[in-house]
Amino acid sequence: MTLKQTFKIAAKSILAYRSRSLLTILGIVIGIASIILVTSISAGAADLILKQVRALGGKTMVIQPGQDPKGPGDFSELFTDSIKEKDYFFLNKEKKALDLLTVAPVILETLSVQKDNNFYRANVIGTTEEMPQILDVAPESGFIFSEEDVKAKASYAVIGDEVRQKLFPDSEALGQKIKIKGKNFKVIGVFPKKGQVGFLNLDEVIFVPYTTGMSYLFGRNYFNEIILEARDEKLVPSLAEDLKGVMRSLHDIKTIDPDKDDFHISTQQEALERVGMITDILTALLLAVAAISLVVGGIGIMNIMLVSVTERTKEIGLRKALGATNSDISLQFLIEAVLLTSAGGLVGILMGGGLSFLLSVILSFFLKLEWQFIFPYTGAVVGFVVSAGIGLLFGIYPARQAAAKNPIEALRYE
Amino acid sequence: MKTKEPLIRLENLKKVYGEGDSQTTALLDVDFSINEGEFVAIMGASGSGKSTLLHILGFLDKQTSGIYYYGGKNNLHFSEPQLAALRNKELGFVFQAFHLLPKATVLENVLLPLAYSDEPESQWERLAREAISAVDLNHRVDHLAVSLSGGEKQRVAIARALVNNPSVIFADEPTGNLDSVSGKKVMEIIHKLNSLYKRTVILITHETSTAEHAERIIKIKDGRVVSDEAVKNRRAAEDDYSK
Ligand SMILES: Nc1ncnc2c1ncn2[C@@H]1O[C@H](COP(=O)(O)OP(=O)(O)OP(=O)(O)O)[C@@H](O)[C@H]1O
Ligand SMILES: [Mg+2]
Repeated sequence: MTLKQTFKIAAKSILAYRSRSLLTILGIVIGIASIILVTSISAGAADLILKQVRALGGKTMVIQPGQDPKGPGDFSELFTDSIKEKDYFFLNKEKKALDLLTVAPVILETLSVQKDNNFYRANVIGTTEEMPQILDVAPESGFIFSEEDVKAKASYAVIGDEVRQKLFPDSEALGQKIKIKGKNFKVIGVFPKKGQVGFLNLDEVIFVPYTTGMSYLFGRNYFNEIILEARDEKLVPSLAEDLKGVMRSLHDIKTIDPDKDDFHISTQQEALERVGMITDILTALLLAVAAISLVVGGIGIMNIMLVSVTERTKEIGLRKALGATNSDISLQFLIEAVLLTSAGGLVGILMGGGLSFLLSVILSFFLKLEWQFIFPYTGAVVGFVVSAGIGLLFGIYPARQAAAKNPIEALRYE
Repeated sequence: MKTKEPLIRLENLKKVYGEGDSQTTALLDVDFSINEGEFVAIMGASGSGKSTLLHILGFLDKQTSGIYYYGGKNNLHFSEPQLAALRNKELGFVFQAFHLLPKATVLENVLLPLAYSDEPESQWERLAREAISAVDLNHRVDHLAVSLSGGEKQRVAIARALVNNPSVIFADEPTGNLDSVSGKKVMEIIHKLNSLYKRTVILITHETSTAEHAERIIKIKDGRVVSDEAVKNRRAAEDDYSK
């Protein structure tokens, strides 16, 4: 019997039991769809993070409190207060000597902002006049506060586009007063609509001098981070090392042991590595979930194929009586199983692709993320091959059962 | 025929079904030979072992003991693929219970043995239509097997048995489920297969009138051969035996 004929017979019997075939492949469909969904999401997330990291520029370095997080669940950096004003002062003073272009401290919190009866929860960031430079943005009207304003703890605010729209729906914002935590701030600059820049959405921020922020808004005297810009991208690796030394001496740390540090320095390179780590974890998780659902799906296939073999005992007997060899029969059932699971794989790929696309639309529209839909071609190919493989693996036993039937006993079967 | 070796030769054939207390001896001490081109009828009461014998002769089952030579070769020495090929190409089987695929058309049913043959696919439909035409069912080619009458089903089964041009035809009570008119038509076809086309025919029946189409009648009782005689007044193909 030719392979083409065998395929035809297998396809025919699948179509003859349409609803059962559909139910049979459900496990495979779900397994493959989740592979596609998770690969697409993790590729999308990696893409998003990479975009943000790149937006900061290769020259950027960030000093953060606490040790380098050991994994995605390590939040120790959130609970340390080691980066203080004196660190910033020193780095800013030695800027030139250290080959740095800019040094900007960051202290931030989400706070409610009020203008008359309008409220908005903004990302309030205490920093210096150098921050916009690092982000490569400038107010579209008005100005950024000056170095003197920072020293003088001026109550000035530069606001993002969305903040302006929400607080001043139909009046000019510039020169007006807004209230943050009961304190009045004068709007001296308004940013143009810009969306995501690096890790923050510029439209939702309010920049205030960090000095003012520390005294009146945040109730603490340590920073979330200090952002630095190197003179040249090539200097970053050696600069990161130099900065470690500087920070250790500033913090009286005598050993050169990363485990003893109370700060860590991130560079773009490092951020990229971290993205890789997160993707790896997601992939491992995905593999575990997919493997479980596929094994379950495979057992389902085996079950249904065994039922099908029993139901078609007479047909098997007849085919053998008319000249089918054992391998003709086992191949017929094996191909049937493989066709079933590959069809399941295809449906799963389409479904997973569709769901990921939908998700990307939801994420970009409703969460205003620059989320890009990425169809995981490798995932699709792997998913298809795996689903066909499942059919092959779990089809062997039923196919053997079919082939082992004695023709006369099979013909007698009622 | 040049050689002396008969097509089929049985020595002390025995078939026992089941084990222990539920054992049934279906065949015992069966010895006979059938030559190529012969038309042999096997007769006997229900349960006497006729079908069992035919299944062993047709390589659908194996004996418990004794020897079955087919063309001089011991049937236990054929490999599984060889047996499948024999069933496919050399033997045509017409079953007591038709055994058609009910949801397939007449044409599809007759195509079935061709799918396992080495006949090129381009020839399949032509051969199947020829076989269907030989049993006079051209007008039913695309009908589903379930929708046919008993006589028509039996003729489809015969067409299916003929399609690979076998040299031996096994027919297990081909007229058993048919009325006399359909039965006559079926026997006419089988008779001509032997007299015109020189096929070896081994036919099971319990009706003497049907058996008299054959040249020779072997009678079985309780699994043993009780008589083996030539037919004196052999019927003609078109003979009306319905009375
Ligand atoms: N698969 C089997 N398992 C057990 N016993 C069987 C089996 N097949 C046949 N037998 C028994 O063997 C004996 C012979 O059966 P067989 O079918 O050969 O009879 P038969 O002559 O063809 O009868 P009928 O005219 O009713 O078709 C019977 O007693 C039957 O019950
Ligand atoms: Mg019988």
